[in-house]
Amino acid sequence: MTTLQPPAAAQPRSAPPPARKDRRSWTGWGFIGPFVAVFALVFLAPIVYSVYLSLYRNQLIGGNQFVGLDNYTQAFKDEQFWDSVGRVGLFLVIQVPIMLGIALLVALALDSGRLYGKSFFRITIFLPYAVPAVVATLMWGFMYGTKYGLVGDINSAFGVTLPNLLSPDWVLASIGNIVTWEFVGYNMLIFYSALRVVPSSLYEAAEIDGAGQLRVITSIKLPAIRGAIVIATIFSIIGSFQLFNEPSILRPLALNSITTDYTPNFYTYSLSFNGQQHNYSATVAIIMGVITMVVAYVVQLRGMRKGA
Amino acid sequence: MRRTTSRILRGLALVSALALGATACGSSDDSGSEQKQVSAADIQAALKKGGTVNVWAWEPTLKTVAADFEKKYPKVKINLVSERSGDKHYTAVSNAISAGKGVPDVAQIEYFALGQYSLTKGLTDLAPFGADKLASKYTPGPWNAVSDGDKVYGLPMDSGPMAMFYNKKVFDKYKIAVPTTWDEYLEAARKLHKADPKVFIANDAGDAGFTTSMLWQAGSRPYKVDGTKVSINFDDAGAKKYEAVWQKMIDEKLVSPITGWTDDWYKGLGDGSIATLTTGAWMPANFTTGVPNAAGDWRAAPMPAWTKGEKASAENGGSSLVLPALGKNKELAYAFVEYANSGDGVATRVSEGAFPATKAELESPAFQSKKFEYFGGQEANKIFAESAANVASDWSYLPFQQYANSIFNDTVGKAYVSSTTLAQGLKAWQDASIKYGKEQGFTVE
Repeated sequence: MTTLQPPAAAQPRSAPPPARKDRRSWTGWGFIGPFVAVFALVFLAPIVYSVYLSLYRNQLIGGNQFVGLDNYTQAFKDEQFWDSVGRVGLFLVIQVPIMLGIALLVALALDSGRLYGKSFFRITIFLPYAVPAVVATLMWGFMYGTKYGLVGDINSAFGVTLPNLLSPDWVLASIGNIVTWEFVGYNMLIFYSALRVVPSSLYEAAEIDGAGQLRVITSIKLPAIRGAIVIATIFSIIGSFQLFNEPSILRPLALNSITTDYTPNFYTYSLSFNGQQHNYSATVAIIMGVITMVVAYVVQLRGMRKGA
Repeated sequence: MRRTTSRILRGLALVSALALGATACGSSDDSGSEQKQVSAADIQAALKKGGTVNVWAWEPTLKTVAADFEKKYPKVKINLVSERSGDKHYTAVSNAISAGKGVPDVAQIEYFALGQYSLTKGLTDLAPFGADKLASKYTPGPWNAVSDGDKVYGLPMDSGPMAMFYNKKVFDKYKIAVPTTWDEYLEAARKLHKADPKVFIANDAGDAGFTTSMLWQAGSRPYKVDGTKVSINFDDAGAKKYEAVWQKMIDEKLVSPITGWTDDWYKGLGDGSIATLTTGAWMPANFTTGVPNAAGDWRAAPMPAWTKGEKASAENGGSSLVLPALGKNKELAYAFVEYANSGDGVATRVSEGAFPATKAELESPAFQSKKFEYFGGQEANKIFAESAANVASDWSYLPFQQYANSIFNDTVGKAYVSSTTLAQGLKAWQDASIKYGKEQGFTVE
């Protein structure tokens, strides 16, 4: 394309350069303008505004005043906040490996080509992801119920006493179960589609070399989908840190087990909507956003370095 | 759920942005104009002209009142939203006020939550509409709750002197006497649960309103409020009396862990697995509409006392209708509130089982001798009226009670599901409430 443009022709014309430059820059803005406008409006402005909010404090008595970084110092000393971060941290290190492990296992099983009714199996495992989180949580919540739920029915039918899954000791695991159920299919699909693009010539070569299935998995399949695994891990980390729907919907069934500061997001919600502490809420949200970014970035760096 | 980090941030910022906008509006309103007197003629003119009044209230008898009001003033349309109650209702009201948009013209606010709204100038002073002249119509308790000096922030809709509702069928079946003291109540609870493990004497999954009312009756006065000076202390003799009995109820698993106003709760009240309900005298209307299948099973009795023969009662709930400052059609809204809570609407509501806050109704022989079909023809209002007379009037709620109640289950709730005791739970609630009070600029001791 560039060869078609005669460079010699441009010189003799020698039109006034400023006008031409001006025009060119306007064309560029025209193209990115819509994006920049939307980006600024829905992305940059709210973040800037949140930062602005976090520097103020609005009290029932005393009104609104500038407090500098006071909200941040308060947040760093806020046990409620760090407890909730610890809770989602625990959730992250236990639930995410289990969920991704199951998803990987299912993806490998589907990819092995040894299953009957493969597409039926695939759609069945993916189906929970299509169920809205609210519905899924309500459904599981009813099953967990010791009074009128599935747990209660099992207890009375077999005369056993299953642990109360909505008690403080169990409720985090119960939430983990709901999230795993919802997102195994989604992660499975990421892994499965990554496995499908592995060239079959590699498998043929492995077969000629006399490699077994296990060897194929560890030496070909897993390295090939490392990128997909890193991406799925990052999504899951972000998801864990943002845990909100499940605990908030489950709370009416487990009022005393799920506190209003159960997860960082739930805490910001309660600060805002129960306590009308919008400024402090913005502060906590910003800190949590930064933590999430750092953790996700570290995982990405590590994942990519290994993958190279 | 699994979206970019910024999504919640964005939402939060938007909400906050709206809030800031609203604050700005609010403050300009305050400084702008002195509220002008509204005459009866102005209100009549508005009623003739007509319009729509948006009402957010869950009180069940208001449906009939709204219909009657529309019949009387055909040009006025009452848009009654009654699906939400409790926390959800207050969150919706607070959000609307913060956003400055979609604010209802009339809202139901329970007495305990009024302080928070009046303190932040979220409510219209009704004195210029002539509400200050209605003071003598109401019993002192509710009137004190809605008025502050010469300002009137709402008209009392009902009051909640407490009584114990009990399922007579269940008590008769197991031949257990109706308890008159809390010690007898504990004893009855044990007997009932032993006779049938599916039957509990009460449901309690941790309910701030119930606990504060129990403390009120036991003589505890945890909250002292003087303007912006607040003190919170749950360590007194009254609280100890309550803890002694209720801790045993929890430890021996004699209370059913069902939250009030849920499907399970209505089911339990209907099938006899919840045998008593100690609550405000506004309950009969809810019994009739919410638990129709148990008509005839239930009776009312005085609230059990802490020592035999003692006559002490407390209030539970009870609410007012207010005009949020950002609402519209104020004249019409006031006309409706006045009609429902002071005018002809009161009689309608009483006939449907509401418990009035107006002296005339409370003292009328017709009211006192009214036979409740739901309670097998019992003249229950006599019990309620006696309870109303025995309510100790020196109780006060926090000006941020609504927030305090929202964290009740985070703190006291632990006592219901772990080895934490009620006393420890109340201490934790006290500390958390003090912390919030300080953050909000109150002087807290």
